[in-house]
Amino acid sequence: MPSLANPTRFLDLAGRAIPWLTALTVVLFGAGLYLAFFVAPPDYQQGDTVRIMFVHVPAAWLALFGYMLIAAASLGTLIWRHPLADVAAKAAAPIGATFTFIALVTGSLWGKPMWGTYWVWDARLTSMLVLFLLYLGLIALWQAIEEPGRAGRAAAILALVGAINIPIIKFSVDWWNTLHQPASVVRLGGPTIDPSMLAPLVVMALAFTLLFVLLHLIAMRAEILRRRVRAMQLTQVEQAALVEA
Amino acid sequence: MQGLGPHAIFILAAYGVTFAAVTGLALAILADDRKQRLLLADLERKGIRRRSAGAAKTAKPARRPRP
Amino acid sequence: MRAALALLKRDVALAFREGGAIGTALGFYLVVVAITPLGLGPDLNLLSRIAPGMLWVALLLAALLSADRIFHNDYEDGALDVLITGKLPLPLVAAIKSLAHWLTTGVPLALLAPLLGLLLNLPAQASPHLVLAMLFGTPAVSFVAAIGASLTLGLKRSGLLLALLVLPLYVPVLIFGVATASAAIAGPASPWPPFLMLCALSLASMVLAPLAAAAALRTALR
Repeated sequence: MPSLANPTRFLDLAGRAIPWLTALTVVLFGAGLYLAFFVAPPDYQQGDTVRIMFVHVPAAWLALFGYMLIAAASLGTLIWRHPLADVAAKAAAPIGATFTFIALVTGSLWGKPMWGTYWVWDARLTSMLVLFLLYLGLIALWQAIEEPGRAGRAAAILALVGAINIPIIKFSVDWWNTLHQPASVVRLGGPTIDPSMLAPLVVMALAFTLLFVLLHLIAMRAEILRRRVRAMQLTQVEQAALVEA
Repeated sequence: MQGLGPHAIFILAAYGVTFAAVTGLALAILADDRKQRLLLADLERKGIRRRSAGAAKTAKPARRPRP
Repeated sequence: MRAALALLKRDVALAFREGGAIGTALGFYLVVVAITPLGLGPDLNLLSRIAPGMLWVALLLAALLSADRIFHNDYEDGALDVLITGKLPLPLVAAIKSLAHWLTTGVPLALLAPLLGLLLNLPAQASPHLVLAMLFGTPAVSFVAAIGASLTLGLKRSGLLLALLVLPLYVPVLIFGVATASAAIAGPASPWPPFLMLCALSLASMVLAPLAAAAALRTALR
């Protein structure tokens, strides 16, 4: 895709896509929230608290999606040296971290009425917490290295190390969980979902995904512009130095 | 939606936190986008060009600040 | 091969000669373990129950504190530039340096653990399991720490950043390491399945981590 590889071309395309995406996201959120609050019935066991699922599950999905996106972009940075790959990875990290945070908080708020406490070291919540820490590490590394080229490659290496580790962490946490807890704990978003809940869930998941894409596009645009500004400021300093010399 | 049952506060809190977090993130990203665009416009007005864009743009006259 | 051995010898010798590089890590380990009962109260039953976890967590922290030593000194004095252009492939250099860190930090910390276990009322029958788990788990600790050390090379506040980057990656090592010792205390599960998982983690990180560390070194020295 040579056309997308060109940052100027990307800015052009993003500029045209953003208004449409915004409109579509707003419509989908309207429909999703209507379905979630007025159409979906209360769960026979969990009552109305099941409505938390409509934000919790999409947020958890986007938390994982965000990391997968960063890992794929990291391959692009390290192997193909795609000029937009590390921009995409850097822009996705805070968005993914925010959705991980939302998944954690809503999971905890869902857990309080069901478990009687805000935090249970449930396997899923614990894995999410570790994912959140991985995001924080990525963001901290981006901020610690000033030169964008080195920061991009270093963060790409860290993201890939993390991506290899995530399944191992997930496995170990699940294993640890069965070791310490009886299996009778109520699990969030269990495998059986009634069809009447599926429609609002799917619409909300789509709405959240579009929101992610929209925010990601804007953040990528800001990042490309930031690099241009940085390059131009360097030229400015150089020119000033030349004039003085 | 005839009330949200005994745990309404948790449901509203979950949606509230989600809304606050997403709004905060969106505002931060939009503010950053706006700031970079203003910075870029400012630098362009001063007649500074990127080194990489310099070769491509030499044919066109660089925009000068209005006197 | 001779060059690799020479590099290993040099790194181990440097760690021993550099004033208190090993002693500091051991001292830190002792302090963390000694301070825990002051926070939790002197209940011996509680302490013996949490002893394996406490010893493992303190070990990870102590190992991390000395992790920036893996590349930092050679980065400062330029030896790393020589190594990068030398005959040895860079991943091998990273592996040897991680191995030296394991020999001079992981092994001493693991051997000190049963002694500190006495302070925490660690049941005697669990001591051999704990040492074994630590000896076979600390290679993963050192090799993954080398990734963090190479990523944060020459940065400000690199120590804190290193901990933030690497500690989440230690979750599996911690879980299987503690489980090996705990199973020996409480049963009924056998301690060997988690121990074998720990060995697998160490082997995998010995192969994969040097590749990542070498890539990170290249970006840091470009």
